[in-house]
Amino acid sequence: MSRTHVNCEVNGDAVDFLTEDGESLLNALRDELGLIGAKEGCGTGDCGACSVIMDGRLQCACLIFAPEADGASITTCEGLASADELHPLQQCFLEGAALQCGICTPGFLIAAKALLDENPDPTETEVRYALAGNLCRCTGYDKIVRSVLEAAVQIRTPA
Amino acid sequence: MSTTEAAASTGTNGNGASGYRWVGTRPVRHDGLDKVAGKARYAADLNLPGMLYGHILRSPHPHARIVSIDTSAAEAMPGVKAVVTGADFPEAPPKGATRNLMCTVIARDTVLYSGHAVAAVAASTRREAKAAAEAIEVTYELLPHVLNISDAMADDAPVLHDNLFTRGVEPRPTEPSNIAARTVYERGDVEQGFAEADIVIEREFSTQAVHQGYIEPHACVVDCDQEGKAVIWASSQGHFMVRSSTATVLGWDTSRIKVIPAEIGGGFGGKTTIYIEPVAALLSTKAGRPVKIVMSREDVFRATGPAPGAIIKMKVGARNDGTITTAKAWLAYENGAFQGIAAMLGCMCVVSAYTLDHLYVEGFDVVLNRPVNVAYRAPSAPAAAFAMDSVVDEIAERVGMDPLDLRIQNCPSQGDPTPYGPKWPMIGLRECLGAIRDSDHYQSELPEGQGRGVASGFWFNIGEASSATVNLNENGTATVITGSPDIGGSRASMALMAAEELGLDVHLIQPVVGDTEVVGFTDVTEGSRATFATGMAVVEACRDLKEQLRKRAAKTWDCDVEEVEWVDGSAVHGPGEQEPLTLAAITGNAKRTGGPLGATASLNARGAGPAFSVQVADVSVDQETGRVTVERYTTAQDAGTAIHPSYVEGQMQGGVVQGIGWALNEEYIYSDDGNLENPGFLDYRIPVASDLPMIETCIVEVPNPSHPYGVRGVGEVGIVPPLPVMANAVADATGVRITDLPLSPPRVLEALTAAES
Repeated sequence: MSRTHVNCEVNGDAVDFLTEDGESLLNALRDELGLIGAKEGCGTGDCGACSVIMDGRLQCACLIFAPEADGASITTCEGLASADELHPLQQCFLEGAALQCGICTPGFLIAAKALLDENPDPTETEVRYALAGNLCRCTGYDKIVRSVLEAAVQIRTPA
Repeated sequence: MSTTEAAASTGTNGNGASGYRWVGTRPVRHDGLDKVAGKARYAADLNLPGMLYGHILRSPHPHARIVSIDTSAAEAMPGVKAVVTGADFPEAPPKGATRNLMCTVIARDTVLYSGHAVAAVAASTRREAKAAAEAIEVTYELLPHVLNISDAMADDAPVLHDNLFTRGVEPRPTEPSNIAARTVYERGDVEQGFAEADIVIEREFSTQAVHQGYIEPHACVVDCDQEGKAVIWASSQGHFMVRSSTATVLGWDTSRIKVIPAEIGGGFGGKTTIYIEPVAALLSTKAGRPVKIVMSREDVFRATGPAPGAIIKMKVGARNDGTITTAKAWLAYENGAFQGIAAMLGCMCVVSAYTLDHLYVEGFDVVLNRPVNVAYRAPSAPAAAFAMDSVVDEIAERVGMDPLDLRIQNCPSQGDPTPYGPKWPMIGLRECLGAIRDSDHYQSELPEGQGRGVASGFWFNIGEASSATVNLNENGTATVITGSPDIGGSRASMALMAAEELGLDVHLIQPVVGDTEVVGFTDVTEGSRATFATGMAVVEACRDLKEQLRKRAAKTWDCDVEEVEWVDGSAVHGPGEQEPLTLAAITGNAKRTGGPLGATASLNARGAGPAFSVQVADVSVDQETGRVTVERYTTAQDAGTAIHPSYVEGQMQGGVVQGIGWALNEEYIYSDDGNLENPGFLDYRIPVASDLPMIETCIVEVPNPSHPYGVRGVGEVGIVPPLPVMANAVADATGVRITDLPLSPPRVLEALTAAES
């Protein structure tokens, strides 16, 4: 079977990989690039566990064909932290106990980043609607929403 | 609400009021960084060199005899390395739990539900495996099927198992049926009770099957070698269970199997059994290569879980002063394709939040052509509470009492008999009822146009077997190894209890979930038992270590060990002639005082503390669409002692929201031909963030005297009250009582319309 050569930028690095035409970006990230942070919870774009930011837009990586990523710039959960510091969202999720099993956490962090990139001072309702495409079965969302609101405060007012 | 205000309104305690140094504090969990950085490895995240992908072919029919399976076309397809069918597995015994497990993993001569595994393929790529599985030709002879309780209990129902005779009926039936078992609990004389009651209310309720809905589909990687050994990486609620169940299904000795626990992406009871590991193991054995199987979401819905639907008839009698005296309950629970104990559990729970003079509870476990029930958080209790607490709400209204006051008046206390036999030990139901009554939420005025509902819930909790090994490292840190997977913060809880015992900073403790070869046997995580039972093992091992540490200090000081106390992480010389020795000083010198320090504890935990929760909600109901919106929600739950209050709150909140989903939206919908019509998160809609308010929590702490820190276990009971809470709140908002779940917009609208006309 012929394979397509894809060049793109992932978490700031230029990368390339070979993929079958029908393969999803999610499988390419996980299997070809070893970036396992994005998870497959449904494969149909209903759960948000595979959320990535592609060219500035929040996307479900399971709904994108891998060849569509050619030339794109992609941020995954692995790209949030710097070498010596977690992203404020990651830190607030830890301190706010916003994860239990943790399987949905990478997707929530990415969806929350996409929100705060657009709207640095969201209301609770805006946070809830921005995260409505991400399913969490453990937390009831309470501590996730609080942690996103707290991270927004920290990002707006750096120490 | 601002974040600060919201945070301040959450929780009433958990801040060290108990006098503990570490228990009750909220450190960042030890496994947290890996999980926010995307590094944590769940079962689907592992890839091995040469690994194949497995795909399971499932039955499209709810009930059929397998006439033949032709795998020749599949075997000839590109990339295919192995194919297995039921014929490759050992023969199952004619009946019993072993047969049920073996025949759930793969069908033998009969398929009993749509989604039942029939055959499997291992191939080089996912697509090759799927294409080959679909090329397997199965010839079915269709059999009549039955999908709901009433049909399955009917005299002329198609019978699933011709050797299933109802247990609990005298004389023993001579004809097989779908009623697997009858359970009865009784006390007093219900007919006398109803005759003496001022008020008698009788209602019939129904709930639908729902799925646990964990976001991580079942996944495993299995690598079998030429000597017959297997290494299994799997996501489960207990890797020792994966080992023993896989061995059972394959007829292997357990010593051939090592199970390495992957991180688990949610279970809620649904991962207390196995589906795919033995299939992957046989494929791997045949192919001589590692095999990975990851279930699709559709397969998760069609072939795993669910929790059962139920029909419950309640008749309750009370006096005009609000004393509930009598209850008669008839409960029938779906079991799925094989016999379970759902109705028995429902019978034990249905009236447990009340004292009664007279009760008669009768339950029926019913098999039908649906996937086999698996535990879901306080299994069977939510439907039972829905029935009882709906009726109790009507009684409160009839006698003109506050529904919480009525519940307090009828609340059991220590020493009262439980409905199922033993006396209640120390329980915290009264304290939970009081906490909700005194809460800011309940004391606040109900906003115009909304309705308010309250309800109680009960769950047993259990103990079972756990093991822990605690090693002290030469630099004065500790490694705590347990056999319980960390589903929602248990590593942090284990570390906190070890920190408290040893007097060591919790950050100097590394909690580890050990595989089946590095830590002693530990039962599956169920019954809210991990922090209770595995925590007990951790505490016992730490206490052993403290004895060892005192002896080492005595040896160093050349004094009697009785002169040495362990205080705040140091050995202290009672007579005061020596400077204290810190734990690090002792471990650093361990080679000269007798060698490394470590301890192991393995135990059967006794004395699990019963759990209660009381909850209140305010809802609004859209009169045009029937949509119910939860405006405010508060839950109180007896944790015994909250080891890590943030994760206790998390369990409470998560349970509540699952219960809200069950009450308002979630249901398995089958077509007449026996196929699940909503096997995906788009059509099986679990609550999302925009559906909900904050879930305010009130941790009640009535310590369990059987646990060194008073732990009860908090994982399950939170899901019990939301079903009646929602029904009671909708009744308050609309004046219409709905007795069938879910309270989905069409059903609510239908009820409102019917009430108008």
